[in-house]
Amino acid sequence: MKTVFKRTPTIKDYPTHYCPGCGHGIAHRLIAEAIDELNIRHRTIGIAPVGCAVLAYNYFDVDMVEVAHGRAPAVATGMKRTNPDKIIFSYQGDGDLAAIGTAEIIHAAHRAEKITVIFINNAVFGMTGGQMAPTTVLGQVTATTPQGRTAASEGYPLQISELLAILPGAIYVERRALSSPGQVHKAKKAIKHAFELQVNSAPGLSLVELLSPCPTYWRMTPAEAMDWIEKEMTKVFPLGCLKDVSRDL
Amino acid sequence: MCGNEALAEAAIIAGCDAYFGYPITPQNEIPAYMSRRMPEEGRVFVQSESELAAINMVFGASATGKRAMTSSSSPGISLMQEGMSYLAGAELPAVVVNVMRGGPGLGNISPSQGDYFQATRGGGHGDYHTIVFGPSSVQELVDCMPLAFDLADQYRMTAVVLADGILGQMMEPIRLPSGPPRRFDGEKKPRRKPPPKDWALTGAKDRPQNIVRSLWLGEGVLEKLNYKLKAKYEQVEKSEVLCEQYKVDDADIVVVAYGIAARIVRGAVQKAREGGIKIGWIRPITLWPFPTEQISKAANEFRLFLTVELSNGQMLEDVKLAVAGKAPVLFYGRPGGGVPTVDEILDKIRQLSIPQKRPATKRRIKKQ
Repeated sequence: MKTVFKRTPTIKDYPTHYCPGCGHGIAHRLIAEAIDELNIRHRTIGIAPVGCAVLAYNYFDVDMVEVAHGRAPAVATGMKRTNPDKIIFSYQGDGDLAAIGTAEIIHAAHRAEKITVIFINNAVFGMTGGQMAPTTVLGQVTATTPQGRTAASEGYPLQISELLAILPGAIYVERRALSSPGQVHKAKKAIKHAFELQVNSAPGLSLVELLSPCPTYWRMTPAEAMDWIEKEMTKVFPLGCLKDVSRDL
Repeated sequence: MCGNEALAEAAIIAGCDAYFGYPITPQNEIPAYMSRRMPEEGRVFVQSESELAAINMVFGASATGKRAMTSSSSPGISLMQEGMSYLAGAELPAVVVNVMRGGPGLGNISPSQGDYFQATRGGGHGDYHTIVFGPSSVQELVDCMPLAFDLADQYRMTAVVLADGILGQMMEPIRLPSGPPRRFDGEKKPRRKPPPKDWALTGAKDRPQNIVRSLWLGEGVLEKLNYKLKAKYEQVEKSEVLCEQYKVDDADIVVVAYGIAARIVRGAVQKAREGGIKIGWIRPITLWPFPTEQISKAANEFRLFLTVELSNGQMLEDVKLAVAGKAPVLFYGRPGGGVPTVDEILDKIRQLSIPQKRPATKRRIKKQ
């Protein structure tokens, strides 16, 4: 029989702990493909966040560390500064990167750390039970916004990628979605580009934000969740390249 | 060189690959010195955006097998406790220097020993310990840096150097470790050779993936890790206690003090001896592991114990635990940045009524 599709080597053969319809599996696969295509598996170190993806080392077959909530960019700084030849990436959710770790990501970008950040935005805290995240959209019902998020009470969704893109040290910032095969292809291209910049020692931080479905805490079917990303989330978090310094080089 | 600069140079000699820190008084000479010297040596210096970030940068560098350190003072060390707990859980080596100042809160910038509890009880969440040094001179500050790095690597633990504002700022003639590096205790023993770091994250080339983690969700798995840590801590307690004693054998009074307090006590005890008082001192050099055995042994003869600290009495608890009711343990301390003079302590010593004999009614504690 002819094999038409198989695991990419950097993804381990391990039963998934993610919920049905979750976007993490897709994101993991795309990162692993990028690592394999760039042939950097043997010199890549990954950083797992606190959140649903804390167990990412069960899936990625690279050296990995698990760190305190939000501190991945600081840990990445310590790793990259002492190991400039290694490829360092952090994998962080919206609670991790846009709430408790806001200072760390802003300052890692501000210092132009030569690291790659994959930022998973699913508009909720997943692991703790679907509470409001900084990226929760207005009107969205979560465990801690039972009446829906209101600007008056909880403020506005935080567009942290836009904030980061204005910093000179952030050399590449792109937002993509995992909502359809076409979007997944574009996401893959962005992820690979982000890693490529680091491989080429480009002078700063590269970040790809991925709008990712959480059907469990959105109280939707997986198909409805994909739909909601395209119809609702992209209104607040428009897709596209926010910044790419390498284009101007 | 002031104490802060001296310890920084000693860290470089000890093989520190990376320094991460955030400014706070009274330890600002350390990052300033490192910002100049580390690049000269081709090593890493980063001024972080916070102490939270600094300790996590140490975590990152250490996870890749590099020797990393940070330094701060009391309020900053509080912020580092999260990272220090993760370092303990992930069994990563690290060196943390705390040049203590007065607290609680923002406190002041005067010398203090108010962080003894925090340092010797782990400090952050969870069941763990760090190795804690309490040097009492700039020379000791210098000498303990190589040992701190070596022990941190050997046991995969954090080693804390607990200094204070006086030690950090004080200038004294020192001998930097050179040639065959000196051991902390002044012996010319060669430095230890910690085991290879086969656990480090160096890229999974020609070997299976390495994972550095502190999350263990499986039933009983974390309990097992904690037993493993306990066994390691017991080994440290057995092998790594450092302490100095002076004229304890014939003493009616034994003063227990560490760090800069011990320095002041030394002068007071000297004067008291000259005045005919039979007095000696015990000076813990490692605060964890604590010289429990040495103090317990001294308490087998009935005598007064006086603990002197720049706090309201923190090490006092460890002294009481070591004495275990065998003798009275008294306390003299100055908290909040207050520093006692030699005469102040001497007055306190003179006020003590010296017991002639163990009261006959007291039962001897049977040996187990």
